Amino acid sequence: MKTFKTCLTSIALSIACATASAGEVEVLHYWTSGGEAAAVNVLKQEMEAAGHTWTDFAVAGGGGESAMTVLKSRAISGNPPSAAQIKGLDIQEWGELGFLTSLDDVAAAGKWDSLLPPVVSDVMKYDGHYVAVPVNVHRVNWLWANPEAFKKAGVEIPTTWEEMIASGPKLKAAGIIPLAHGGQAWQDATTFEAIALAEGADFYRKAFVEHDEATLKGPTMVKVLTTFKQMRDLIDADSSGRDWNVATSMVINGQAAMQIMGDWAKGEFTAAGKEAGTDYVCVAAPGTAGMFTFNIDSLAMFTQSDDSRAQAQKDLAAMVMDPKFQETFNLNKGSIPARQGMDRTPFDACALASMDDFTLSAEKGTLVPSMAHGMSTSSRVQGAIYDVVTNYFNASDITAEQAAEKLARAVNASL
Amino acid sequence: MNPKSLSLPETGTVRPVTLRLQDRLAAQLPKLVLAPTVIVTLVAVYGYMIWTGLLSLTSSRILPVWKFIGTDQYSKLLENDRWGVAVENLIIFGGLFILICLVLGVLMAILLDQKIRAEGALRTIYLYPMAISFIVTGTAWKWLLNPGLGLQKTIRDWGFESFTFDWLVNPDMVIYCLVIAAVWQSSGFVMALFLAGLRGVDQEMVKAAQLDGASMPMIYRRIILPCLKPVFFSAFVILSHIAIKSFDLVAALTGGGPGYSSDLPATFMYQHAFTRGQMGLGAASAMLMLGGVLAILVPYLYSELRSKKNG
Amino acid sequence: MVKPQQTLSQQLLRYGLYAILAVAALVYLLPLWVMLLTSLKDVEEIRSGTLLSLPGSINFDAWSKAWSGACTGSTCEGIAPFFANSFKIVIPAVLISTLIGALNGYVLSLWKFRGSELLFGAMLVGCFIPFQVILLPMARMLATLGLANTTTGLVAVHVTYGVAFTTLFFRNFYVGLPKELIAAARLDGAGFFFIFRRVVLPLSTPIIVVCVIWQFTQIWNDFLFGVVFSGSDTQPVTVALNNLVNTSFGGKEYNVDMAAALMAALPTLLVYVLAGKYFVRGLTAGAVKG
Repeated sequence: MKTFKTCLTSIALSIACATASAGEVEVLHYWTSGGEAAAVNVLKQEMEAAGHTWTDFAVAGGGGESAMTVLKSRAISGNPPSAAQIKGLDIQEWGELGFLTSLDDVAAAGKWDSLLPPVVSDVMKYDGHYVAVPVNVHRVNWLWANPEAFKKAGVEIPTTWEEMIASGPKLKAAGIIPLAHGGQAWQDATTFEAIALAEGADFYRKAFVEHDEATLKGPTMVKVLTTFKQMRDLIDADSSGRDWNVATSMVINGQAAMQIMGDWAKGEFTAAGKEAGTDYVCVAAPGTAGMFTFNIDSLAMFTQSDDSRAQAQKDLAAMVMDPKFQETFNLNKGSIPARQGMDRTPFDACALASMDDFTLSAEKGTLVPSMAHGMSTSSRVQGAIYDVVTNYFNASDITAEQAAEKLARAVNASL
Repeated sequence: MNPKSLSLPETGTVRPVTLRLQDRLAAQLPKLVLAPTVIVTLVAVYGYMIWTGLLSLTSSRILPVWKFIGTDQYSKLLENDRWGVAVENLIIFGGLFILICLVLGVLMAILLDQKIRAEGALRTIYLYPMAISFIVTGTAWKWLLNPGLGLQKTIRDWGFESFTFDWLVNPDMVIYCLVIAAVWQSSGFVMALFLAGLRGVDQEMVKAAQLDGASMPMIYRRIILPCLKPVFFSAFVILSHIAIKSFDLVAALTGGGPGYSSDLPATFMYQHAFTRGQMGLGAASAMLMLGGVLAILVPYLYSELRSKKNG
Repeated sequence: MVKPQQTLSQQLLRYGLYAILAVAALVYLLPLWVMLLTSLKDVEEIRSGTLLSLPGSINFDAWSKAWSGACTGSTCEGIAPFFANSFKIVIPAVLISTLIGALNGYVLSLWKFRGSELLFGAMLVGCFIPFQVILLPMARMLATLGLANTTTGLVAVHVTYGVAFTTLFFRNFYVGLPKELIAAARLDGAGFFFIFRRVVLPLSTPIIVVCVIWQFTQIWNDFLFGVVFSGSDTQPVTVALNNLVNTSFGGKEYNVDMAAALMAALPTLLVYVLAGKYFVRGLTAGAVKG
């Protein structure tokens, strides 16, 4: 009887202990497509193994538009989730409003400063403190090509924009759409920034990071816009509103020859059972070899009033930086790990090329933040650029000079 | 139901009468019944409108920050090309949508009211589009209207090689695609409204007119349609509500494209306030939109409600 | 409307009428047909076939997957678990807003007082306030009331913004009721609620039908309020549907999307079919059945 009693007490004690350290993390995210969801589940299982409760708050769609709306209303009602998928300069905005919590102790314990390249850790810090944790680094300036289609048309995969435009007629003659594209503002901007990058990293930074007015309306920008408009001849008439993955599948089945898209497109090739190097080719977007446009996904941590939740949140931050999670997540997503010093063997040729270029471009100074994906500028300025770019690309009555003029004006108005 | 609420908006009509409490209560009953709605409306409509109005005078970005900067957001908005497109689109879209829905709704209701066999089935067919969320019917419409997949391709496959229907990808015509899908979705409900109205029309009057030898078109024009005036009013209010708030429709069908040629104020506002961290500008656009709509609607509401009193 | 012997021209007219109605029905059905066909095809057929091509063999795999297997975000339980959430929101919200609307309409048409028309006009303005505008103040208000991210809070929001419409429906319907009816009842000494229950409500069937159809559709199909004001375990089916449609594993499974959408629409469709029966003629004030 006595043993039974002590047994009960010890059970009660152990439960008490568990609840004291275990907390709830609520994670608001829009990682809902196949590979991403699988990767998030890895994180969830690890958190649960550590005794925490994981409340999944997935709001899919629209590149996180709905998720941001939910986040804002939760924040304003004083009940923000533990962590939310926020990226780029928006982290700064949330930090400025005082919503984010410092992760400095976790970062110090995990030696984040030595694991993260400075470009990455800068994005994760507000006012010198870590407030967010990176999950991956995407490379945006990729060209995905179907070598079969190029063979059929008898042209080489282009390495400059001139070559690309020149390849158009031959590909069309072979019955192939030269460039698969989806007519959505962010896809237009993704192509546009790749063309701008070909004019040099300095030009790119001046325009999209520093927002220098003279550069925005200068002759180089006019040239970029002119080349950009010429892409219209390479895409089919029905591209308007097409999702990026539908465009990717056009390359996969040989209907189109190439697509300019970030490395998340790889997931579509993999899902279709295609092999990198043989069935499809990943090369840097024309004229941007050795350059790297980065796009980092991250989880920002919101200040919690409850201690157990705060503890769970810190454990989550540490776990995101864990090599196992970084590997699983990035293998699924097509990107490369944000932390360095990882085992390279599981990654494929495209990812390895991406890793090498990341290091190289950082040394050469050609590593630039993506404008189209909210890394180089706030969502306000980004939106203003989107509007001008997509309107110019679709309207027939605006010249490149006028568009450059509008671009400078719109950026200025939204600064 | 707090007795305090009695003295809220209707103070003017409360007269001190020496009656038993019960009778006094009974006299105030209609007002008491209305009071909760009035209070909630005051807060959740007018209160929030004022809140938004104040917000539009601030420099708010991703969340409300009460730093007032005057009317800067409004001048920025008026200079914004995209806002101009959105407003123009709302006028075209709203006008056509309301007009076509009203005409179709009345016509279909009248046709359905002719003791049609299978009326129930037909009514459900006309109504069902409302049942399905645009999150997915948007996809079906996108396919149907897409030149490479839908109607154009199908009809060309039938042998009419020159048939062209590419409004969806044509920046000048895309707004009419929105009208088509929106009419498809809402006209059935307008039909139901009118059908309910027709069923409420006094049959004695119709019979009397028939005995007097009036023709059916005449009876409809002179007797039945005038009876349906309140229904027109309801339908108009509802359709304007749908037109102004058309958001899912744009998001699902065109995403605002090509470019931003099919943008509407609702999508403009949502995107700026919630996605782009321009809450101040978003609030300003909401106020202008609301102001514009009320400028058109209030006179209409006023004349409708007044004429009722006189009639 | 009486039945005279039909002449040839009348008969032709009748055929024309049916033809018009049938063609209209086909046009209305086209998108549904596309969705239905797509939901019955497999992914390969969707990719290779045209929009209107018939599926090679009918299979309901997509339907069962959408119901219980498809992934909405990171859970893969289909949309089934979310139906209960939607009903918990829709049923009370529709009932409460319809009842309040009926009472309001009754007051605003048959018990007018000074300023009542003005109040009605003021209420109608609520129909035009863009819902996106009220998200943030409402979120804060609900938090103050302790209703943030609860089903009760969500019901309250739907009732708040639905009442303007239900009031409009009932008021405009009651305005058309014969005044003598009410006057007579009042002379008999009947009270406010007695007249409402015994005289007015029994006449209200068609408008209740319209009102319930409208409210049910609006609330059932609402996404914005659902996603913003629900908790993570009380999300309505539209939020699940949105997550499902935007969750893709490699290729997009349009058949599952379409099946899920059709299923999510079934309760509303059912309401239309059932409620439609009550559109019958002759419910109004002593009118003779045609």
